Amino acid sequence: MHALRRLRPFAFPALLLGALEWYTRTLGASSDALAPPSAAARALAQAALAGGDAGLWGATAFTLLSAALGLLLGGVLGVLLGIVLGLSRRAAQMSFLSVEVLRPIPSVALIPLSMLVFGFGLRMELSVVAFATFWPMLVLSQAAARQVEPGLLEVARGLGLSPWARTTKVVLPAMVPRLFVALRLGVAIALVVAVTVEIAANPNGMGYAMMIAQQSLEPALMLAWLFWIGVAGYLINAAAMRLQHWVGRRMGVQP
Amino acid sequence: MRSWRALAESAAVLAALVALWWLASHLQWVSKVFLPTPESTLASLAEGLATGELKNFTLATVARMLEGWLLASLAGVLLGALIGSSAAARAWLQPTLEFVRPLPASAVLPLAISLFGLSGGMVLFVVAFGAMWPVLLATVHGLASVEPRLREVSMALQMPRTAFLWKVGLPSALPDILAGMRLSMTVSLIVAVVGEMIASQPGLGQAILLAARSFRASELFAGIALLGLIGFASNALLAAAEGKLLIWQKP
Repeated sequence: MHALRRLRPFAFPALLLGALEWYTRTLGASSDALAPPSAAARALAQAALAGGDAGLWGATAFTLLSAALGLLLGGVLGVLLGIVLGLSRRAAQMSFLSVEVLRPIPSVALIPLSMLVFGFGLRMELSVVAFATFWPMLVLSQAAARQVEPGLLEVARGLGLSPWARTTKVVLPAMVPRLFVALRLGVAIALVVAVTVEIAANPNGMGYAMMIAQQSLEPALMLAWLFWIGVAGYLINAAAMRLQHWVGRRMGVQP
Repeated sequence: MRSWRALAESAAVLAALVALWWLASHLQWVSKVFLPTPESTLASLAEGLATGELKNFTLATVARMLEGWLLASLAGVLLGALIGSSAAARAWLQPTLEFVRPLPASAVLPLAISLFGLSGGMVLFVVAFGAMWPVLLATVHGLASVEPRLREVSMALQMPRTAFLWKVGLPSALPDILAGMRLSMTVSLIVAVVGEMIASQPGLGQAILLAARSFRASELFAGIALLGLIGFASNALLAAAEGKLLIWQKP
């Protein structure tokens, strides 16, 4: 009974895959749009064995690298500005309108602009990811800095710490658990935006590989990429979630 | 309430940013190819709205976003209520839902293209599909966390399942559902723009891509500004609606 229970999460996907396998082998055997999951698995294995930038590992590495670099850039800028706005009420009020005007711009609207400025490639993709992750990181770290225990700030002021020492020695450590919550959200956004940029414009990475498989009428390979993008996203999000909980426990946050 | 002085100060900061943009474009700190002047952006905006071209693109994008969002909200609440009202369905299906959740909505575009071709209907399908997840998961979550005592009361009253959903389940899941719908509006706008870019459907997404390809930076900026405006307006409207709809929940 216990062993069966552990298998329960896989029942519905198995049913779907079985239905797709049956359909693509019988009624939809001549389809250009769908392929049997078994063929997709073969295509995935072939892509994993193929080397180079367009292979499974090369394309995955490109997407993850641009997402990570973009998140790093957007995250560092967002956290820095977030700390300033979180600690100073006046700064937060002064930047209120500018933030509200710029924040609602959908990140994908910047794809054509970044294409114009950087051409295709890594820099273009990471700049869009940086813009997309900057705002949530700003908002969350602003809230985190505002919630730093006021007593800690008073002690720091009483000790005569400089603003810099106050930030690095008191505010940042107190913010760490919340920063990792923000990081987990940032990771999810960065991955989604990176793949979206590749599908819309940038001829690199997993999104583009999937787009090319569709255009060259290779439904098995296309489904393989869709599955792989899902797996990669799931694993990375799960890892970010574990990291957040681990840091939270280490820093003594009650879950 | 923010004081007038604080508002004036933050307007001054915004004006300073625009002034910086003006300086950067006029003194050619950044090439004119990338950064048009604020005046030329405004001129492109006014001209595009006056001739109706930009206005039609904006309306097309807004219509696509709203249609997709409405379909997504409807399907999300319906499916979410079906799955969320039964503990067994939750146990069997939730892991699959959690697996699909981080999947980028745009990753479904290639599949939808090969199924439906490069049409407006295809884009609408992907917008609705991508925007459905936040609502669906929020509905499931909201129904799973209904106050246990309310559940017991409705069991004691022998309410049928539909009556329970309608009178207890959905109202108490409403804050979650509305938060999900707000997120799904953002997703709708993003997927609508990406879909217009890829499938060359009329709309702001296609307009800004064409403007960038032909190096018409002022038109590109005008399109980006309109997309920002759409994002701002839709979010503000939903936040206001949320406040009105949840007024009975405030203590």
